[in-house]
Amino acid sequence: MSTHRLSRKWWLPASLVVLVAAVALGAMIGPAGGISSANWRIVWNIRLPRVALAGVVGAMLSLAGASYQGVFRNPLVDPYLLGAAAGAGLGASLVFVYARSGTSGWPVDPLPLAAFLGALAAVFVTYTVGASFGGSSLSLVLAGVAVAALATAVQQFLLLRHSDVIKEVYSWISGRVNTATWSDVRLVLPYVVISGAVLLVHRRHLDVLRVGDEEASTLGSEVRRIRLVVVIAATLGTAAVVSVSGLIGFVGIMVPHLVRLVAGSSYRLVLPLSIVVGAAFLILADIPGRVLQHGGETPIGVVTALVGAPMFIFVLRSRRAVA
Amino acid sequence: MSSLGFECLNVRYGTQEALYAFTDQVKPGEWLCLIGPNGAGKSSALRAVAGIVPHRGNITVDGAPLFERSPRRRAALVAYVPQSPLMPDDMTGGEYVLLGRNPYIGYFGSETKHDRALVADVLDRLDLRAFADRRLGTLSGGERQRLVIARAVAQEAPILLLDEPTSALDIGHQQQALELVDRLRREHGLTVVSAMHDLTLAGLYADRLALLHQGHVVASGDAAHVLRPETLSEFYGVSVSVHHEPDGTVVVVPRRSSV
Repeated sequence: MSTHRLSRKWWLPASLVVLVAAVALGAMIGPAGGISSANWRIVWNIRLPRVALAGVVGAMLSLAGASYQGVFRNPLVDPYLLGAAAGAGLGASLVFVYARSGTSGWPVDPLPLAAFLGALAAVFVTYTVGASFGGSSLSLVLAGVAVAALATAVQQFLLLRHSDVIKEVYSWISGRVNTATWSDVRLVLPYVVISGAVLLVHRRHLDVLRVGDEEASTLGSEVRRIRLVVVIAATLGTAAVVSVSGLIGFVGIMVPHLVRLVAGSSYRLVLPLSIVVGAAFLILADIPGRVLQHGGETPIGVVTALVGAPMFIFVLRSRRAVA
Repeated sequence: MSSLGFECLNVRYGTQEALYAFTDQVKPGEWLCLIGPNGAGKSSALRAVAGIVPHRGNITVDGAPLFERSPRRRAALVAYVPQSPLMPDDMTGGEYVLLGRNPYIGYFGSETKHDRALVADVLDRLDLRAFADRRLGTLSGGERQRLVIARAVAQEAPILLLDEPTSALDIGHQQQALELVDRLRREHGLTVVSAMHDLTLAGLYADRLALLHQGHVVASGDAAHVLRPETLSEFYGVSVSVHHEPDGTVVVVPRRSSV
């Protein structure tokens, strides 16, 4: 394990290099060909906002996933654990069903707003219900399961009665960054920056929580307060990126895992690395979608799972063989 | 050195009363060992002081109520070694012991040079230097137990609570762990309260024993006073013979019922 310790300080610079390469690739590849033949305006107005949004979304989902895994001491948890995805899905469905036709005159697009509020509302209900059962991480997780099931059921009921919007809703749920504009990036960036700063402050606390709620409290940590603050911050960031990109799955679980496999599981390293690797991963995952299908695009949420899952299994297997 | 006082301490789980009106005064530098059959309330008393189960009554350190202090201040006064600590497999020994410095680090802060130097010193003194970079999952039970004690030492609390510190160890490592606690107690003037099942070891290391039965203290005093065959028979339902060695050691030996 000594090589693993020695190389620790190189992980962050190395992952930053990968991120820069991903940004360059993301700017160069597209239906209009290489960068030389493309108009710079295409790069600036179409490809770069898309790269930027993919980076921000990937970074946020990975960071939120790692943070959730820390406060719930469960590596299989993702940022949608407490109902954020189901809430956002329900919020978006409500807009597609009831408000889509007459929204062009609205001052703000109601779709991201509804998804954002839906995600926050679902997690708020989960936390309130879970706290009334004692507030342990298990009661929160169980409350999250119930709230997500309820929101999904309502959403399905709605969609069955308005089957004309099912395709749009599922397209939204699959996630996308291809319609990204700089204003999307500007919209989510403040939330992501605040959420990211708060979560990074808590990386040492997450390491203390690794010995369990009880022992962490005998070491002087106020476990419930830490969990509440981390969940609020992670949820705020997640809700913000979901509102513009839809439900991109798998990133929030997979990226922190990849990071742990190579760099160990101290949250001091896992959180910052998840930001960089998550951004690079989603930028790269956005590239095949542009060229796979002629005429249309494959949703990025589909690509993350299609490309990510086999890669993840491969990394897990090769790591086992080494260890 | 600090004293630890219990005034009419009650612990209950739901409707189940685990500890009734436990009152005791542990003197500075004293080692009190709680003994008694399973479910007698030994762990409950320790867990109440550690703040992980709710209690009624009063717990004082040097005469001042412990629970009027913040969790961080409490953790700087009382270090708790649980019966089965949760030790993440992929955390290194050094990272684990460093957690003992948590009470001294502000919410937005991180470990200082002093914290790291202190942990390195603790690892040296406990002969654990070799485990600083080893992952906990690769260590044996005895090695892990010494790291848990090292974490408690790094906490620099004057009061040390040990819940069954030797239950998972073989006889050699039991002795090693208790010798370590005894040495630390002398070097740092620690006040120790432990819960133990092995009566001979309890009598060997503790200054005073308190025998609990169904949440009540039924005997308290030195080993020769508490470890009597008739007392143990009454509260443990066992048949034992008790030998007194010339050096004052009290040895409790179970007797096989006649065949």
